[in-house]
Amino acid sequence: MIPTFEKTKRRAIVVGIAALVAAAAVAPTLPSYPLTLLTQVAIMAILAMSLDILLGYTGLASLGHAAYFGAAAYAVGILATERQAGFVTCLLAGVILATAIAALFGLIAIRATGTYFLMITLALGMVVWGLAFRWVSLTKGDNGIAGVPRPDLPLPWNLAAPLPFFYFVLVAAALAWAALGTLARSPFGLTLQGIRESETRMRALGYDVWLHKYLAFVISGAFAGFAGVLWAWYNGFVSPVDVQLVTSVEAVLMVALGGPGTLAGPALGAAVIVFLKNFVSVYTKRWLLILGAVYIGVILFAPRGVLGALRSGR
Amino acid sequence: MIRVRIAASAVLLAFLASLAAPPGAPAQSAPIKIGFLAPLTGPFAQIGKDMVNGNQLYLTEIGGQVAGRKIEVVVEDDEGNPATALNKSRKLVDQDKVAIVTGGMLANVGYALQPYIDGQKIPATFPVIAADDLTQRKPAKWIVRTGWSTSQPMHPFADWALKNTKYRKIAAIGMDYAFGYEIIGGFQQVFEEGGGQIVQRIWAPLNTNDFAPFLAQIRRDSDAVLALFTGRLALQFLKQYQEAGLKDKLPLLGGGTITDETVLPQMGDEAIGVITALHYSQALDNATNQKFNKAFEASAGKIASYYSEATYTNARWIVEAMKAVNGKVEDRDAFLTALRRVDLKESARGPLKVDDFGNPIQNIYIRKVERVGGKLQNTVIATYPAVSQFWKYKPDEYMKRPLYSRDYPPCRYCQ
Repeated sequence: MIPTFEKTKRRAIVVGIAALVAAAAVAPTLPSYPLTLLTQVAIMAILAMSLDILLGYTGLASLGHAAYFGAAAYAVGILATERQAGFVTCLLAGVILATAIAALFGLIAIRATGTYFLMITLALGMVVWGLAFRWVSLTKGDNGIAGVPRPDLPLPWNLAAPLPFFYFVLVAAALAWAALGTLARSPFGLTLQGIRESETRMRALGYDVWLHKYLAFVISGAFAGFAGVLWAWYNGFVSPVDVQLVTSVEAVLMVALGGPGTLAGPALGAAVIVFLKNFVSVYTKRWLLILGAVYIGVILFAPRGVLGALRSGR
Repeated sequence: MIRVRIAASAVLLAFLASLAAPPGAPAQSAPIKIGFLAPLTGPFAQIGKDMVNGNQLYLTEIGGQVAGRKIEVVVEDDEGNPATALNKSRKLVDQDKVAIVTGGMLANVGYALQPYIDGQKIPATFPVIAADDLTQRKPAKWIVRTGWSTSQPMHPFADWALKNTKYRKIAAIGMDYAFGYEIIGGFQQVFEEGGGQIVQRIWAPLNTNDFAPFLAQIRRDSDAVLALFTGRLALQFLKQYQEAGLKDKLPLLGGGTITDETVLPQMGDEAIGVITALHYSQALDNATNQKFNKAFEASAGKIASYYSEATYTNARWIVEAMKAVNGKVEDRDAFLTALRRVDLKESARGPLKVDDFGNPIQNIYIRKVERVGGKLQNTVIATYPAVSQFWKYKPDEYMKRPLYSRDYPPCRYCQ
């Protein structure tokens, strides 16, 4: 297992870097609409990679990831519109809020595994959705927060334009990938994978399984929050839709589609889903059917995801 | 393995390159494109379909062209999701180069699109999205509302109730979101100023499955009940209201959507006698409406609703503005001005013109559900002509008050 394992990692890295370079090279020639879609892919890739730490590396399927993503987006939305907060404040507030919520939810959720973990994260995610929906004085409820400005950075480019913002997000995604990749390869990340394979054995070896899972949960939430911050800037709009179950499920699908435990795979999954949603729907109203067929196809023919299929050389 | 990797990279590159395909340059004689958003998947798909059909019907009637230019409609599914609606608008504006963006159904879609549309300086109309503040406290420069604002029918409705009924204590029950607050709030504002009392405000979640616990709460000592529901919830609420034996004890008033024609054909006797207010009724007795009704039933195979009328009249509105600028929609400023100047002396829902904030001044109809010729319909029992979204208040005074919400107007007479 070990040699192929290492090879796979390298291959994932090569594919990832190739995708980043290709996207960066092609971007200036793109009209603004495909460019905004690529920007969306990069943001969703961060969300999918953050979930991969839990789902792929630790073996915990969370159905509540939209909570951290959405909470961070709300933090940015509220601070930027009501307090005219700048780049650093928004970024820190968003990530810290997401981390804090993950730290709180982790205490409750980590005790469970499997389906129970799934149900608990789902329920906790719904709590955040309920707050977004009902705490109208703060979140503007169902109407959402509109007109969230993009940050004004001391750069020669204005982030309001699609191209500079795309590069901004691309760099953010690359950094997140590098950080999560380093984490996954660290002894900490290897322990997580050990826990995924056999919790009892890891416990017998003297590892604090609970603490490792808890930390993975919190780190994962923090990165989901990072994606949420970018999302608020990208759309200029935050609403309960960003926090709802569908967003969480979509993140899980991205990971499953691309290949859990590969980081680059979930990012690829994010790209596939964003483009399928936006391109196929132009040609047919039955695009959900096609999306469904793709999921089923992947589950049948590449159960370890697209990158997992590449791994086995097929 | 290497082959796989190369193949994957090649596919990726080809894909990215295909995105870069340049769109055609628009010329004066080229078709005019209308970008049309509607929820075509998800819980609002049926309404989305009505919207698309209404729009299409009018454009077909005029032969699909104006001022010598063909009109092309690019329909996009917004899934009733603000983020998707934003994406699709970007596509319509950047890639399809549409001259105008129109459609949309939900309030949050409207609020999400507003900054984008004003930022792009692209003319837009909202035929259905009714959220009050889009033409009140946060009016958009580039959006003209051709539909209605949520509380617009409810102000005259309260006036009507004060003058024509003996109801002075009314219990209100509505859906727990902005649309519900604005419907109930608009009624309460005018009703209480005229001496009436809202004695209860109950908010039911959007995913309510059983109304029994809510119906049990309704104060039996009130004179009537004011209710606001849409779609499935409207069907279920009316049914349970009758089953609970409330229908004969507490007369039911409602926001227009509780008996609109997307749900009315599926209702039975439980709907008879319910009185509502809206800017349209399928049963309106005017020549344009009858012609529209006949044509819509023939083409869509179902009766017209306020949604299909909204997009039908909206299409006519847009075409009138295109005529006014002689088809030169590329001059966006002139086109927008023309959109704001449209003044329809007659339409399926009566005369229409725009106020200074971009909302129509139009007739409001008080309607009562009756069975006519075996079918339920919203019979118009009173008409308030040329009603402004601000009712009889001065706009600036009106807008000094907060937006109608869960807490406003405060429920003074609740216990």
